[in-house]
Amino acid sequence: MNLATTYDSAMKQGRVQQDATVPAVAVEDLHKSFGSLRVLSGISLSVSRGETLAVLGRSGTGKSVLLRLIIGLVEPDSGSIHINGQDIAGLALDRMGEIRKKMGFLFQHAALYDSLTVAENVAFPLTHHRREMSKSERADWVGQLLAEVGLESGDLEKMPSDISGGMQKRVGLARALTLEPEILLLDEPTAGLDPISSGEINELILKLQRERQMASIVVTHDLHSARTIADRLALLSEGNVVIEGTFKDLQRSDIEFVKKFLELS
Amino acid sequence: MFSGFFEWFGSLGIFSWRILKAAVTPPYEWRELIRQLDEIGSKSFPLVALAGSAIGVVISLEARYSLSRFGAKSLFPATLVYSVIQVMGPVITGLVVSGRVGAGIGAELASMRVTEQIDAIEASAINPYRFLAATRILACILMLPLLTLAADACGLLTGWLAQALVEPLSFHQFIESGFSGGTFNAFLPPTFKTAVFGLIIGLIACFQGMNTRGGAAGVGRAATNSVVLASLFLILADVVLVKFILVFFP
Repeated sequence: MNLATTYDSAMKQGRVQQDATVPAVAVEDLHKSFGSLRVLSGISLSVSRGETLAVLGRSGTGKSVLLRLIIGLVEPDSGSIHINGQDIAGLALDRMGEIRKKMGFLFQHAALYDSLTVAENVAFPLTHHRREMSKSERADWVGQLLAEVGLESGDLEKMPSDISGGMQKRVGLARALTLEPEILLLDEPTAGLDPISSGEINELILKLQRERQMASIVVTHDLHSARTIADRLALLSEGNVVIEGTFKDLQRSDIEFVKKFLELS
Repeated sequence: MFSGFFEWFGSLGIFSWRILKAAVTPPYEWRELIRQLDEIGSKSFPLVALAGSAIGVVISLEARYSLSRFGAKSLFPATLVYSVIQVMGPVITGLVVSGRVGAGIGAELASMRVTEQIDAIEASAINPYRFLAATRILACILMLPLLTLAADACGLLTGWLAQALVEPLSFHQFIESGFSGGTFNAFLPPTFKTAVFGLIIGLIACFQGMNTRGGAAGVGRAATNSVVLASLFLILADVVLVKFILVFFP
């Protein structure tokens, strides 16, 4: 029985929320092309609560597209994506919004709103989804989140253009955590950062993971980062998973591509 | 080329439908709408007032000269009032707003698209069609008639001033003579047709901005296309609306 059938059956029996065996994210036989360019060709992956999966691979192998498919920013050509057991295929924008509230997304370049301050960026999802919150409650919430990701109170009123790349990533991460997501999607969290900032971001992700027990998918080129923060690694090539397992599994692999990737990383 | 033409209109149709659906279903983005009313309305006011004033002077100068040649100087007030309110005021306001607001919306949304800010809004479970597009389009629809009234008022005032500086004419006399015999049908439909201009400006600019591709060049293209297409469609729409008004509000 394939994953989709398992979830549909679980949904019908109303046991999805209680059933810990249902993965938080499961994609099966996912295909995606842009024109004549085939990006993903039948990829299948799953992540459970409290687990971190790192997706590795060369540039252009569809890693970021995979994340965008999972959060519904891009429609798959075929295959299924289940979030907490629910198939998201063809969901209307507002219905998809309900699912997205359970997900946090850190974009590769942080994608902060450049007309808003750091604090307003983090408060943005709250102003829309927690309208019952008072201004002071919202400010407290934002202050706590920013402190959690290592920003100081003096940074709150700065504009995104006035802070460093590492700080932008931290703000992006705080924004992704604003609605207390069950699933965290991180697109190249350490890309473009110096080794010290990369190490700090890795530590931060590990700390958040320990405290919040989210299901996380991290797309990265950085093997060291993947090894530090992930429980499992999946190596992509030509739109499909070449190998999936722990770092040791990858080290033990006889597959030429895996050996070469580890050797050159 | 033809397929590209139909594809563009098809995409615009789908885009419009998404905005309509988003606009009529809660939650409503009142705060963003008020911000856009200020951005599009209040901040366009000086430009529109200046353009309206200039048009008033130009029509006054031209009308005085032409009417004098035909011995119809007594028709000056009515000529100025009808020319400003029925013809030039709405079109000039539309074109000025199209330039300022159309380019602004097109460039802002395009920049947000290429820097993934629109994706970030969507990923935060916020409908960008409701939050970004519907609010801007509605603000354009609501503000255009008000801006047109402002342009008309400025045009009439400067038109009268230009005349009064040459020949004595009290403002009271000018208004009474200019509006005599005029009905609501003569003045209201031409003013409120600018709501359609607002729809065109907002829709085209949001569509161009939110569908941008390709970095800084894409942003520039979106801003330019927003102004050019909105101005073009605005003038074409005016042809249809004038005929419509003549038929239904004679």
